[in-house]
Amino acid sequence: MTTQTAVAPPKTPGRPPKRATGGRPRQNREAIFLFLPALLPVLLLSVYPLVRGIALGFTDARAGLNVDTNFVGFGNFGKLLHNDLFWDSFRIGLIWTVSVTVLQFVAALGLALLLNTDLKFRGVARTLALIPWAMPPVVVAIMWRLLLHPTNGPVNEILQGLHLTSQPINFLGDFSTALPAVIVVGIWVGMPMTTVTLLAGMQGIDRSLYEAAAVDGAGAWHQFWYITLPQLRTVIVAITSLDLIWNFNSFGLVYVLTAGGPGGKTMLPMLFAYNEAFRYGNFGMAAAMGDVMVVIIIVFLAFYLRNRLRSQA
Amino acid sequence: MRTRPGFRFLQYVAVCCYLVFLGFPLLWLISSSLKSPQEFASITPSILPKQLDFSNYTDALSEQGLVRGLTNSLQISIASTVLVLVVSLPVAYALARFRSRLRPITNGWILVSQVFPVILIVIPLFMILRPLHLTNTIPGVVIVYMVWSMPFALWMLQGYVAAVPRELEEAASVDGASRVRTIVSIVMPLLRPGLIATAMFTFISAWNEFFFALVLLQDPELKTLPLVLARFVGAEGQVQFGPLAAASVLATVPSLVFFAFLQRRLTSGLLSGAVKG
Repeated sequence: MTTQTAVAPPKTPGRPPKRATGGRPRQNREAIFLFLPALLPVLLLSVYPLVRGIALGFTDARAGLNVDTNFVGFGNFGKLLHNDLFWDSFRIGLIWTVSVTVLQFVAALGLALLLNTDLKFRGVARTLALIPWAMPPVVVAIMWRLLLHPTNGPVNEILQGLHLTSQPINFLGDFSTALPAVIVVGIWVGMPMTTVTLLAGMQGIDRSLYEAAAVDGAGAWHQFWYITLPQLRTVIVAITSLDLIWNFNSFGLVYVLTAGGPGGKTMLPMLFAYNEAFRYGNFGMAAAMGDVMVVIIIVFLAFYLRNRLRSQA
Repeated sequence: MRTRPGFRFLQYVAVCCYLVFLGFPLLWLISSSLKSPQEFASITPSILPKQLDFSNYTDALSEQGLVRGLTNSLQISIASTVLVLVVSLPVAYALARFRSRLRPITNGWILVSQVFPVILIVIPLFMILRPLHLTNTIPGVVIVYMVWSMPFALWMLQGYVAAVPRELEEAASVDGASRVRTIVSIVMPLLRPGLIATAMFTFISAWNEFFFALVLLQDPELKTLPLVLARFVGAEGQVQFGPLAAASVLATVPSLVFFAFLQRRLTSGLLSGAVKG
């Protein structure tokens, strides 16, 4: 979306143009009229649930019966802090979020640099790079479950064919390999979007900067370090903070891949909260977990907003 | 910049590695969906099927749950897309054209709703929809999807509206056209590509959605395609790879069509949204 500067009040024929002060309230009135059809659904199904959801973390609300819910203050948070599974899910969530975001960024940056040169078949590469992102997450998860299957999966076939392993590996079922396997799938899903964003950013960089640098004798590495990276700063911070948030909030992919198992080794915070709410019926507890997640997301978001404000100044 | 031949060779090797990493899983899924049951049983599987066999597709489609999932997903995705466009277009117009106090509020809401953990929203949603008898119903999911896809639709649409030259509208209003008339007969036709892009995006996000559907739809008759597919793998003991692969490919077809249409436009739209926000 683009930010338009000063907007002229709409001209109405047959009436003298309004003075500058008259434009705003009138525009407000017209805007409200156009907003009306959206207002009720958004207030009822987005704004109110958000506020209610945050507040729910301070109650003992439970699923099922309409039992009176009681305000319990920070009680849920106290229980969470004493729950080892909560700490596990946070540790796993942070490992997952940071590894996926960082690794997919590095891979995407490399791919974007490659696709930004005059290589052949780069159109094909770009189109292909987008497909994983648009696939239904459930299908991605099913596909990788089949790929990594210990007896029928091609990944094990290939590893054994190359004599890299003698025994088939149960990637998603083994305690030590489950989290790394899930992270690889996360990178596979997230990398395309990051690549395309970085690539679009690179194509917006003024070519004369590179020409000037080349005249001054700067090599490829110097050009990358002193021109490409600084010019991409805004794009990089934006996509990385969004990736951090999206990865931290992810659910469907890992739910279908492992459902948090084996032995809770891939229990991301969202899976923990989902189980709390819809398996054990502890709505208040799940909401408290959501509240903790919000606090962490606000930290990620602060980077994004600070960057955006600075780039607009 | 001149490139040495050795470096150029390494570049191609790197691109090939990426393409294999990105492309192989998909290629393998499609090829599995076309293999005959005998080929699945063979000890040395090949990457490409020896003979194209469509029986997996017919098997998948004769599975009642899948057909119902497909129909449910279609209904829900189409209904929510239409609703999103009808409700978002006036808002997007107001956001792009007026400097009203609602604009910063809406943009704040767009950002917040994109980054919030959905677990916080879904529990109250559940509590609101239940007394209205809308949990476990298709209309319930449709209105949830409508509100849930609106932020992104607004994000895209207001960019498209801003790209329509304001002078055209001014000319129309000088000719005596009302605001509504101007929107319908001047802005809408010019917005067609943008509306189509937004519609496709909204359709795909409803088509792919999993979490809200998982929580809100319990009745097996109402489950969407992603839910049906997820249940398929749940019972791993007797899972049939061929039909599962075929069903997965079918579920991906709308996204592939979408990309064939929109590849270039989508990336620039996403970028301007993500960066300029």
